Amino acid sequence: MDNLTSYLVISGILFSLGIFGVMTRRNGVAILMGIELILNSASLNFVAFNRFGGMHRLDGHVFSIFIIVLAAAEAAVALAIIINLFKNLETVNVDQADSMKG
Amino acid sequence: MSEVFFILIAAITIASAIWVVFSSNLIYSAVALLFTLFGVAGLYVFLYADFIAATQVVVYVGGILVLIIFGVMLTNKIADNRISHSSRPRFMAGVISFFIFVLVMTVIFTTTWHTGEEQIATATVNTIGEMILTTYLLPFEVASLVLLAALMGSALLSRKKHG
Amino acid sequence: MYQNFAPIIIFVTIGLLLAGALFIVQSLISPKFNKGGEKLATYECGEVPEGSAWIKFNIRFYVIALVFIIFDVEVIFLYPWAVVYKSLGLVAFVEMMIFLLILVAGFAYVWVKDDLNWVKLSVKYGKGRYSELAAKEESSP
Repeated sequence: MDNLTSYLVISGILFSLGIFGVMTRRNGVAILMGIELILNSASLNFVAFNRFGGMHRLDGHVFSIFIIVLAAAEAAVALAIIINLFKNLETVNVDQADSMKG
Repeated sequence: MSEVFFILIAAITIASAIWVVFSSNLIYSAVALLFTLFGVAGLYVFLYADFIAATQVVVYVGGILVLIIFGVMLTNKIADNRISHSSRPRFMAGVISFFIFVLVMTVIFTTTWHTGEEQIATATVNTIGEMILTTYLLPFEVASLVLLAALMGSALLSRKKHG
Repeated sequence: MYQNFAPIIIFVTIGLLLAGALFIVQSLISPKFNKGGEKLATYECGEVPEGSAWIKFNIRFYVIALVFIIFDVEVIFLYPWAVVYKSLGLVAFVEMMIFLLILVAGFAYVWVKDDLNWVKLSVKYGKGRYSELAAKEESSP
């Protein structure tokens, strides 16, 4: 079980679930959760390839740290936007934020 | 023994990820996301990435998840904690994501991955610290600018009176 | 490597078992009859519970959480830096100080703009208990 393929399969499942969540959810916070799943699967891939890809350094780990840092910044900004959306439109459903539609 | 733990952690990760996506209560989704993030941290341990596992627990579970739960609490009306996803075409989304899943699985199982000799399990913090301060110095400093921009922008957005 | 994480596994297992055992024990020893009314109410130190716990939080909590998460991320970079600080010397010190300076600038911005000050609550007592708990935005002096 402890080989590259099993980690790639897990990260592929997480990625597909994240895509499904992003496409079906209407609530902005729930879409953010789907994005977190996708980011986690990407980060898992980096670390898995770092271990099994015959690398002598830890570049994958550093990439993974930067992914986590960017996920934190992204979550902060996205939630601020969603809270503003709620304050202005009384909804968090992203498909109702269409006041700029021509 | 470690095989059992690996399968258990992988099962927890995937099952709770399914729960995140399909639960109709947003708070339950957030709690399921907690288990997914812990599961991924466990997988990092199996990949000999102890520092990444700690980072995952500290930043994702301790930070981002708290922020997401705050977002849920701040944007729900009283006793209105249900979210619906009925009006989106769920069937088409299912077909598309299943297609992506099949595509990814085909790529995984048909490619012959280049695998070198396996890494030995060592403490990774030393190497990561050296790499951050030498090879990856510019991304490291730019990351602080990104965090600064995120902090200022979100503080500006969440303020009542702009200006 | 795995052996180092055995205490964590043991800790998590004991925690889960303890929480589960408490539920089982209380379902075994609790009386099976005469349940209802106030006995099933949420315990709030003897007070009668007011409303649901699913209320909307004050937005001020968000700014605090925001500042927390930014410096949470900073700790992640500080830890490997502290480990290699001795071997890299002055260069590492200067690099980390630049990083910290940029983040402290953000903290100073939030501080100067009064985002960390808590909002004053002005409570109006109406007919019912706390019927008009009006949270008025008054930026503190």
